[in-house]
Amino acid sequence: MEQQPLQSIKLTAEQARKLLYQMLLIRRFEEKAAEMYTKEKIRGFLHLYIGEEAVAVGVMQALGPEDNVLCTYREHGHALVRGMDAGVIMAEMYGRQEGCCRGRGGSMHLFDAKTKFYGGNAIVAGHLAMAVGLGLADKKMKRKQLTCCFFGEGAMAEGAFHEAMNLAALWQVPVLFVCENNLYAMGTALRYTHAQTDLEKKGAAYGIASASVDGMDLMAVMQAANTAAESIRRTGQPYFLVCNTYRFRAHSMFDAELYREKSEVEEWKKRDPVPGFFNYLTQQHILIDNDFKEAEAKVEKEIEKAVEFADACSLEPVEELTKYTYSER
Amino acid sequence: MAGNLITYRECIKQALREALQADERVFVMGEDVGRYGGAFAVSKNLLQEFGPERIMDTPLSEAGFVGAGIGAALGGMRPIVEIMTVNFSLLALDQIANNAATLLHMSGGQFNVPLVIRMSAGIGRQLAAQHSHSWEPLFAHLPGLRILSAGTHEDARHMLAPALADPDPVIIFEYTSLLNLEKELPTSINQVDIHKAKVRREGKDISLITYGTGVYKCLAAADELAAAGIAAEVLDLRVLRPLDDETILASVAKTNRAFIVEDASRSVSVSSEVSARIMEKSFYDLDAPVQRLCGAEVPIPYPKHLEDAAVPQPAQIVSAIKTLLQHA
Ligand SMILES: Cc1ncc(C[n+]2csc(CCOP(=O)(O)OP(=O)(O)O)c2C)c(N)n1
Repeated sequence: MEQQPLQSIKLTAEQARKLLYQMLLIRRFEEKAAEMYTKEKIRGFLHLYIGEEAVAVGVMQALGPEDNVLCTYREHGHALVRGMDAGVIMAEMYGRQEGCCRGRGGSMHLFDAKTKFYGGNAIVAGHLAMAVGLGLADKKMKRKQLTCCFFGEGAMAEGAFHEAMNLAALWQVPVLFVCENNLYAMGTALRYTHAQTDLEKKGAAYGIASASVDGMDLMAVMQAANTAAESIRRTGQPYFLVCNTYRFRAHSMFDAELYREKSEVEEWKKRDPVPGFFNYLTQQHILIDNDFKEAEAKVEKEIEKAVEFADACSLEPVEELTKYTYSER
Repeated sequence: MAGNLITYRECIKQALREALQADERVFVMGEDVGRYGGAFAVSKNLLQEFGPERIMDTPLSEAGFVGAGIGAALGGMRPIVEIMTVNFSLLALDQIANNAATLLHMSGGQFNVPLVIRMSAGIGRQLAAQHSHSWEPLFAHLPGLRILSAGTHEDARHMLAPALADPDPVIIFEYTSLLNLEKELPTSINQVDIHKAKVRREGKDISLITYGTGVYKCLAAADELAAAGIAAEVLDLRVLRPLDDETILASVAKTNRAFIVEDASRSVSVSSEVSARIMEKSFYDLDAPVQRLCGAEVPIPYPKHLEDAAVPQPAQIVSAIKTLLQHA
C-alpha cells in the first residue's frame, strides 16, 4: 500500500466528498437501524455508533484491501466504511439469508471474507488475541499487511487485552490496536473501570508504540492512523492508538442511561464529528454547502435502497439450521 | 389477585435486598450492578439504598472479580458475585473450577468457600450464538460446586438465602427470558430446599423432568396433555449438582415413564446424566426407554424462526408425549 503523507493532510475535493459521504452514511444508517429496531424488523441487541464515526472513517482510510479488520458488536459503521454493502448489512440485521452471514449473526456479528472483515465479536476483548494470531500468520507467511483491531476502553480491563498486548509485543506482530474510548463501558464510566485512566500508557507499558488522539476530529484521527499504519508497515511491530470519543446514544436499545447526565451528552454533541468535519471543509474552502446537500441526498438514496433490499429478502429455511456447524467436505 | 402478581425480576431483587439487610458481610459485585442498575434492571436502586461498599460495580474483569469473590469469601465475607450472563462466565471458569470448586478438598477440609455466583442464562431473545448459551451442564460437571437453576418465581425469590447459608460455592442460574413474566408468588412458601428437586405438578402417566426455562414450558405442556386425558408429572430438577436421585427415581417409580426436556444441546448434558441414572437405578420401573427433547447441536442463530427451532417448544413436548403414549 502507498505510504500516506504523515504531516498535515491536504484533502482534495474528491477525497473530502468521499470521507463526508462515509461519515454521513454511518450516521444515517444507524438512525435508520434505530427506527427499524422500534419497528421490530431488527431484534436482539443493537449497538449504535452515532457520535463515534470519525474513528472508523479516520482509521479505515489508512488501511488497504489486503489488511485484516476485527471489530466489536458496535461495528455497522466499520463494515460500511470497509466497503460492505449497506443493503447486505441491513438484511443481516433483519436476519435474512441474503445478509452477509445468511442472517445468522445479526447486528453484532457482521462478517465478510471478501473485505477481510473478521466480525462483529460480542465477547468483550475476545477478538484481541485473534488479531495477534492473524498478525502472526501474516508474519510467518511473509505477507506485507497489517491487522487492525477495534475495541472499547472497557475491554482494556480484561485479561485478554493484557495477554494480547504482551504477545503482540513479544512476537512483534503487525497489529494496529485501536481503542475507541467512549468513556463508558455500558454504564460504568472510565474512572470506575481503570485505575490508570491515561490509557495509552497501558500500551507503552508493554513496549508498544502508543498514542492518543481526539476521536471527534476526523482529520486528527486520519493523521494519527496514518502515522500508526506507516510505523507498523515500516517496522512490522504493533501499535496502540487510543481514540477519545463519545457515544451519543444509549449503550444498546436496552439502556435507560441512568449513569450519565443529559447535559453531559449535550455538551459532547457540540463536538459532533459530522458537522465538525463539514465545517472544517468549508472553512478550508475544500467543499461548499451544496456538497453537503449532495452527500445527504446520495446517502438517503443508498439507505432507502438498503431498506428496500432488506425488506425483499427471505428467511433461511429451517432445514438448514445445522448447516455449517462443521465444514462441508 | 393482581396484588400478589410479581415479576421474576422483582423476585430476584427482593431476594438480594433481603440478603443485604440480613447480613452485613453480604455484598454484591459485578459489571454494571450499581450505576447502570443491573444489565437487566434487577439491581436497580440497590446502589442508592445500600451504597457503593455493598453494591460494587466492577470493570470487565470476570476472572479478576470472581477470583476476588473467592478470596473475599475465604476472608470471611459473604459475596454475591454477579456474572452478567452465562456467556461471559468462561472467562472466570478457571477461578470457579480450579479455585472455588477445589479448595475445600485440596486443603484437606481447611478452607471452604462460601461464595454465591449468580448469572443470567438462556436463549430466546434473538441474541445470536455468543449470547445464547445454555451452559448449565458445563458447570454441573464440576465436583465441589452446588449448581442451582431457578426455573420458577418461587426459586428466584427464595433460593438465595439458603445459597448464602451454604458453606460451599453455589452457582445460581437465572433466566433472562423469564424476567418480565408475572406469576403469583405463593405466600405460604418462604424458603426452598436447595438439596431437593421439586415436583411442580403431580401426575401418574409420565414424568416430565426438566429445569430452568423448561419448567414453565413443561407445565404448559402438562396443561394441554391433561385436556387430552394424560396426567403428566412435572419434576423440576432445580439442583443440577449434586442431583437429587431420590426424588427423580420416586417419580419414575410412580409413572414408569420418563421424558426429559432441556434447552442445552443433547450431547453430554444434564438430561444425559439423568437418563443414565434412571437406567442404572430404576431400569425395572420403566415401561419404555427414557426419552429426551433437547437443544439442537448448533451455535444458536439470530433469526427468530431458527432460534425457536434450536430449542424444545411446548407444542413439540405435547406432540412427542402423545405419540409416546399412543404407541404404548
Ligand atoms: C466478556 C464480556 N463481559 C461482559 C459483556 C457485556 N458487555 C457487552 S458490551 C459491554 C461494555 C463494553 O464496553 P467497551 O469495551 O468500552 O465498549 P463500548 O460498548 O463502549 O463500545 C459489556 C459489559 C460482554 N459482552 N463480554
